[in-house]
Amino acid sequence: MTQSVVVQVGQCGNQIGCCFWDLALREHAAVNKKGIYDEAISSFFRNVDTRVVGDGGNISKGKICSLKARAVLIDMEEGVVNEILQGPLRDVFDSKQLITDISGSGNNWAVGHKVFGSLYQEKILEKLRKSAEHCDCLQCFFIIHSMGGGTGSGLGTFLLKVLKDEFPEVYRFVTSIYPSGEDDVITSPYNSILAMKELNEHADCVLPIDNQSLFDIISKIDLMMNSGKLGAAIKPKSLVTSSTGVFKKRQEKPFDAMNNIVANLLLNLTSSARFEGSLNMDLNEIIMNLVPFPQLHYLVSSLTPLYTLADVNIPPRRLDQMFSDAFSKDHQLIRADPKHSLYLACALMVRGNVQISDLRRNIERLKPSLQFVSWNQEGWKTSLCSVPPVGHSHSLLALANNTCVKPTFIDLRERFIRLYKKKAHLHHYLQIEGMEESCFTEAVSSLSALIQEYNQLDATKSMPVEDLPRLNIAM
Amino acid sequence: MSIVTVQLGQCGNQIGFEVFDALFNDSHCPGGLCSKRENEAYQASCKERFFSEEENGVPVARAVLVDMERKVISQTLSKAARSGRWKYGQHSCFCQKQGSGNNWAYGYSVHGPRHKESIMNLIQKEVEKCDSLSGFFIIMSMAGGTGSGLGAFVTQNLQDQYSSALKMNHIIWPYGTGEVIVQNYNSILTLSHLYRSSDALLVHENDAVHKICAKLMNIKQISFCDINQVLAHQLGSVFQPTYSREGSFHYRRNPLGDLMENLVPHPEFKMLGVRNIPQMSENSLAYSTFTWAGLLKHLRQMLISNAKMEEGIDWQVRPPLSGLPPLGKMSVNKETHFNTSIANLVILRGKDVHSADVGAFKDPALYTSWLEPVHAFNVWKTQRAFRKYEKSAALVSNSQSLVKPLDMIVGKAWNMFASRAYLHQYTKFGIEEEDFLDSFTLLEQVIASYCNL
Repeated sequence: MTQSVVVQVGQCGNQIGCCFWDLALREHAAVNKKGIYDEAISSFFRNVDTRVVGDGGNISKGKICSLKARAVLIDMEEGVVNEILQGPLRDVFDSKQLITDISGSGNNWAVGHKVFGSLYQEKILEKLRKSAEHCDCLQCFFIIHSMGGGTGSGLGTFLLKVLKDEFPEVYRFVTSIYPSGEDDVITSPYNSILAMKELNEHADCVLPIDNQSLFDIISKIDLMMNSGKLGAAIKPKSLVTSSTGVFKKRQEKPFDAMNNIVANLLLNLTSSARFEGSLNMDLNEIIMNLVPFPQLHYLVSSLTPLYTLADVNIPPRRLDQMFSDAFSKDHQLIRADPKHSLYLACALMVRGNVQISDLRRNIERLKPSLQFVSWNQEGWKTSLCSVPPVGHSHSLLALANNTCVKPTFIDLRERFIRLYKKKAHLHHYLQIEGMEESCFTEAVSSLSALIQEYNQLDATKSMPVEDLPRLNIAM
Repeated sequence: MSIVTVQLGQCGNQIGFEVFDALFNDSHCPGGLCSKRENEAYQASCKERFFSEEENGVPVARAVLVDMERKVISQTLSKAARSGRWKYGQHSCFCQKQGSGNNWAYGYSVHGPRHKESIMNLIQKEVEKCDSLSGFFIIMSMAGGTGSGLGAFVTQNLQDQYSSALKMNHIIWPYGTGEVIVQNYNSILTLSHLYRSSDALLVHENDAVHKICAKLMNIKQISFCDINQVLAHQLGSVFQPTYSREGSFHYRRNPLGDLMENLVPHPEFKMLGVRNIPQMSENSLAYSTFTWAGLLKHLRQMLISNAKMEEGIDWQVRPPLSGLPPLGKMSVNKETHFNTSIANLVILRGKDVHSADVGAFKDPALYTSWLEPVHAFNVWKTQRAFRKYEKSAALVSNSQSLVKPLDMIVGKAWNMFASRAYLHQYTKFGIEEEDFLDSFTLLEQVIASYCNL
């Protein structure tokens, strides 16, 4: 079994990361009743003998002593990381795996990328190497960050190049929070576009997510819960937004519910690699099947169900509903409508009591309403993991490589151009050493090229699918 | 003579377990509709082929388990051990930590050379346990990365290292609507390589077995376990002992050799399919009776109309009148077409087997013109019943029945190849466009050859 290391960068990255570790512990506790440190847990956690000082404390088998997250926490302000270290998860993190500064990046990609990048490059490398050393077989880095700010966006993407050079064989999965339309950070378009160029060039796979979509999902859940009849019947632990078994009316932190959705995404993504099933899907298979061309590596994700009703006997109709929901635009974690755009590839990662016939039935049922690119008409990758998430009997994560991601990019470019035309706030960037106007123009070119690729694919949508002439063999 | 099984990847290992379980349970089935002495001879023959000397009284499967990541093998080993009746050898497994990522190139070019020595050593150890080796049975899927890529690599090495031993590859043909997006690439690379290094390819299609589970076995929520059990049943009906010849009560010693001799007369034609009737849920079995005449009639029609199960057979399809050439060359687009065979093997097990009349299978109209029915058709028998079936009939055939599925896979792979999609994943590990083209060429040749029968 392989291990993965999570690198959480910036305020957003660290807050999501924190929720992720909380839910990961909860999931493993639910599955692993005997408290034995097994391969599944080792994918994200080290087992450490806390009595041993220094590095020698790793225990590879036997009872769980103390679990330490395979994580590196990076933030250029101290507030968020300090809060984590004083909170209930403080023992999960290795205090040596942190990099913090005091002043913050001021929502400036250039500060995060150029200034802090060069300042902390050595230290970052050191922490990453350390975390890699603790792994028997490191397969993947999960980077969590936001695109609109300074640290997550700038330093987070600086990291990608470092990872690519230092660990070329290890996959780089990036979970990126894109700024919503009403983002309150004025410079978020600049930061996002500059970061996009790095994602285009150095990430293996990106899962774009936006706050508005997460917020809409939460609103939907709230509506269900407060609608009286059904509200009482929802299992609190099953909420895709809940962190503990305790159902709180008001969340402690404003973004917790939204962050938990992203955390669940990451757990479901890795479930088939960690737990057993009749059709396993490892992380390298995700990249192999969903990235037909290196630059088209943006995957739109959706999670269903969002909650489980307390009714234990779920009739098969509900199971099929789960599949239908996965393709509805209301369940996507980014503002996108995959049903009305073109699919390049689609992965269905199912957990729980679902068998191959259920999967096949639903693919047959949904296929006619979806459009796949001509050379990948049967572009489905599927997996069955026997272990369901906490509070559910089954769940589905759908990953789509679909042109529906284009509007987000076009929108981003528009907002960037509006700002850039007026040269607003540009001096904050240009005064940083290493930054020139060409950085901006190159970044926007890179994005335009990507949009153009999606345009070309979309153009093939209405064309009839014809089989190409085959090789002629002389007999 | 013994058969050494190599189980590769998740699919290969999951199926392998069900096969050994089916073989063991059948050979230890009480009764079997024959005498105690007969039963013992059957058991002994099955054991010689598939199980080696007991360790603490528990028979050990003659198998090598290979996977590039650990989860499935651990499960397989513990399932066997838990049954308490047979098990896998403790040291018969080879695992790594990271899988092949559904990448044929990775399985073939990276895992293969890297682990060649360890894997071949394991196989050698298993071979040494055999008094006399009949050959290898390699179980793998085409769609993934390990079974397909590493499977092709291992088969090639078996050919180099054991040139006189026979190799039969059991290949799982993936569902038409994807399990794996790059399954068509992986499939054509696998088939073209195996065509060069294997002696016979015994194919099971997921779609066909799935239908059997749905329609004949009446299983509502079909799992891979269900599918694998049906598959194992079919393989068991082929590989369990049969008499060495008409009138003899001794079991044949070299099943693989005999299979090859009967079914693969020409190296250009290696694709074998298997059909087995009756196949039904145990509940229905209790209320059913069969006659050999009825079973054989259905089996024959399944063959010529290319039906994969005994429901929904098209009885309109008839063989061309003897003496006249078949109605035009086969076109893959024609709906109902008469399925021409190169060779057929019928295997009959159960009550009154000696009274079964297989004459209808000797009709020259069933076969291609360059082979006489006396060479093209064979029948194996045993009066020992298979599992709970009073009478069961299996048909292993080398015929046109796999042309259409093969053509579909080649067509889809070709379309994808034209767009260059996913190629970077293969070229990264040394499989170039030229290798793809070679595979396409070889397979178009195979399709054409079969079409021209």
